[in-house]
Amino acid sequence: MTASDGRTVGQSDWTRRQFLAGVVGLLAFQSVSPTVSQSDSLPGAGPSGKLGDPQRAGRPLEPVTARDNLAAIQAIEKRLKCTCGCNLDIYTCRTTDFTCSVSPALHRQVLARYDAGQSGEQIVAAFVAEHGPAILMAPPRRGFNLVAYFLPTVVVVIAGVLLTFALRRWTRLAADRPATAPAGGTPASPAELERLRHELEQIDA
Amino acid sequence: MTLLGGSALWLAFLLGVWGAIAGFAGGRTGRPDLQRSARHAVFAMCAALLTAVFSLEWALFHHDFNVEYVAAYTSRNLPTFYTWSALYAGQKGSLLFWATVLTVFGSLAQILTAGRHRVYLPYVAAVTAVVAAFFVSVMLFAANPFERLAYTPLDGRGMNPQLQNPGMVFHPPMLYLGYISITIPFAFAMAALISKRLDADWLVAIRKWTLLSWLFLSVGICLGMWWAYVELGWGGYWAWDPVENASLLPWLTMTAFLHSVMIQEKRGMLKKWNLGLIIGSWLLSILGTFITRSGVISSVHSFTQSGVGYFFLAFLVIAGVTSFTLYAKRLPLLEADTHLESMVSREASFLFNNLLFVGIAFSVLFGTLFPILSEAVRGTKVTVGPPFFNLVNIPLGLALLLLTGIGPLIAWRRASLPNLKRQFAVPSTAFGFTLLILLVVGVRDIGALLAIACGGFVAGTIAQEFWRGTTARHRQYGEAWPLALARLVGRNRRRYGGYIVHAGIVMLFFAFAGMAFKTETEATLRPGESATIKSPYGWTYTFTHLGISQYDALNRLVTAGTVEVRRDGKRLGLLTTEKRQHVDALGRSTFEPSTEVGIRSDLREDLYVVLGGVVNGSEQAVYRFTINPLVWWVWYGGMVVALGGLVVMWPGGGAPAVKRAQAGYVVKLVEKA
Repeated sequence: MTASDGRTVGQSDWTRRQFLAGVVGLLAFQSVSPTVSQSDSLPGAGPSGKLGDPQRAGRPLEPVTARDNLAAIQAIEKRLKCTCGCNLDIYTCRTTDFTCSVSPALHRQVLARYDAGQSGEQIVAAFVAEHGPAILMAPPRRGFNLVAYFLPTVVVVIAGVLLTFALRRWTRLAADRPATAPAGGTPASPAELERLRHELEQIDA
Repeated sequence: MTLLGGSALWLAFLLGVWGAIAGFAGGRTGRPDLQRSARHAVFAMCAALLTAVFSLEWALFHHDFNVEYVAAYTSRNLPTFYTWSALYAGQKGSLLFWATVLTVFGSLAQILTAGRHRVYLPYVAAVTAVVAAFFVSVMLFAANPFERLAYTPLDGRGMNPQLQNPGMVFHPPMLYLGYISITIPFAFAMAALISKRLDADWLVAIRKWTLLSWLFLSVGICLGMWWAYVELGWGGYWAWDPVENASLLPWLTMTAFLHSVMIQEKRGMLKKWNLGLIIGSWLLSILGTFITRSGVISSVHSFTQSGVGYFFLAFLVIAGVTSFTLYAKRLPLLEADTHLESMVSREASFLFNNLLFVGIAFSVLFGTLFPILSEAVRGTKVTVGPPFFNLVNIPLGLALLLLTGIGPLIAWRRASLPNLKRQFAVPSTAFGFTLLILLVVGVRDIGALLAIACGGFVAGTIAQEFWRGTTARHRQYGEAWPLALARLVGRNRRRYGGYIVHAGIVMLFFAFAGMAFKTETEATLRPGESATIKSPYGWTYTFTHLGISQYDALNRLVTAGTVEVRRDGKRLGLLTTEKRQHVDALGRSTFEPSTEVGIRSDLREDLYVVLGGVVNGSEQAVYRFTINPLVWWVWYGGMVVALGGLVVMWPGGGAPAVKRAQAGYVVKLVEKA
């Protein structure tokens, strides 16, 4: 029995030292590059063999073309939602859920419109006209939808302004109140308080 | 055994009702016998529900396919590991898991709560019993896990292939533990409100529970991200899906609480706010459960649509109205002991930090519910997906990240200008230096630039805090550097554990920034053919299709595609990605074929290969190749967050050390005087 390089399998021409050096070298190599697997031979390009059971590989697919990978197509499809119920955009669905037959069909529609010379905006508008605004991955920025876009930020900004006013009021209130010593404690002199503050700052630092 | 399980559910329900009555009555009248009875009711409820869990697991492991739940989620050839996790793979079983874990936590709260907080315990028992009884009632009246079929199938349907992943075994329980354990702080808050004992005691009693809940939720969310990444095959880990958002909401409000609670502890302020946050967090956890289980918002993660949603909606409304009415009645008792002294203080920075946490929570909640609102108000269906959430939340998130670095730099009560200058010098330099490096290496994405530069600022703050603390110990006590560092953390676990959590958050933001540079392409390859893809680092990766192999495994028929990976011509190794057709013990296909991703991960980027399928039943394969930069940092960032949480929670080391330090400080002042 011979291996592909012609050597007889099972016949060792390594010395023990070479073997140990090899093991140590291999371990060192593995420790610096844990994901590198051992070398194997390439089968070489050639006609594709038939699978024993194609059914278990899922739905038969069409070969991918250069157009499928166009950045412009990806950008359009990432704005449009697949209608199969997956909650994903068309691009992500067709390149993830390979059991879905909806996203490839929607992809073909996008390609057809693109080939017909429509711009990205026109294609998106055509999809909205056909399926309604729910086809968009984000609500269009107009009308009632502006509430969704701006309300959270507006609420945070208004709350921030109110908080600032409240803080100013609280700090004024605190400044107006005389400092109270803790019950049962000995009142500290201003000099002692200053020294305490200085010490605390040193600790902080 | 299912008869035993069903009976145990009824018994648990009755015990829950009794526990609630006895707890409230015992707390109000002060009768020790009723208080004891309420406590025992929680223990007995826990025992009854554990019996129900045992019965369901028995049915699962004995393949009792006459039980509808067993037939729906398992098959004879399902691996043991997943047969166990089938307990919470479906709606009914997960409700049982929820209720059981709640009573376990409720019992632990009764056992572990220190003597001086025992005054709250009858009410805590009552609230725990009410919530657990609600979950049991949902099972009894709408989703009974012990329901039997009219016939017995030869084999079950099996588990959804996407749930047959280790991440899915640990992620749901962790998330549930987070959701469920929020009930204990909520129960203590309710106890404080009902009993009108609103001093600092209730806060001490619940802080660790809140931290535990936060920790479980953090780990659960990170495991969920990992599962989505390795299993779903879309090449990302967060999709702003309604169910994902539902898990984030209580996490945000609890994180806000864990910051603002420090102000209440140190200064006696923000009592109303803190109670509101605890009640809000619990209601958000129930809202999340409602969203996950009702099907009201479509989500890939949710359970199948069922009638349990109405139960949860009714419970949510009743619980919300009751708790906030009680809260409003007690507001006069929640006045602050002191007032804020300066706008430039740590207290003020924490308030703005809380504003942002709650603001982001509001934004996520509003976006999640906006499709329902839009349909109700305008009659128009809309989709609110990742583009919306990214647009609205990224600015708020970046502001929050910056505050993470600013907060620890400002002194409590009042900060002086020289102090601020000294404190901000290092972090500001780190910010500028990071920004400069990024610009020099050609990063132009504004979001990524700001995220990483703000991360640099926070890292500068953390490094400065550790450096100064360690140096002070090294100088003062002559300790070796590693010992000084260890003791610094050990003696002040809350503070430095918190900084470790912040470090983890910086790592997470660093990782999120990396996704701005994601690159992907699809290719159809015959054996020996290659596809190339350019990495954001400038490398060229070549993927060579070696061939397709098919083989049978335990409960699946596998079609595996193997590619050889080269980076700039240098061979890196092989990656295998699979299509799996799951079958039952009789060889019948159970689900649509699923995908197993091939991933090669390092600090810089992940190579993510998905076998889409084959062309004409041949070895000509369709692949999707994705390069995801910095994903490694998500998982390790999550681990660092969890580590920080553990450091904060670790028992001991607190009070005596603080007392010693305080005693030392007094002596020092006297000596100097």
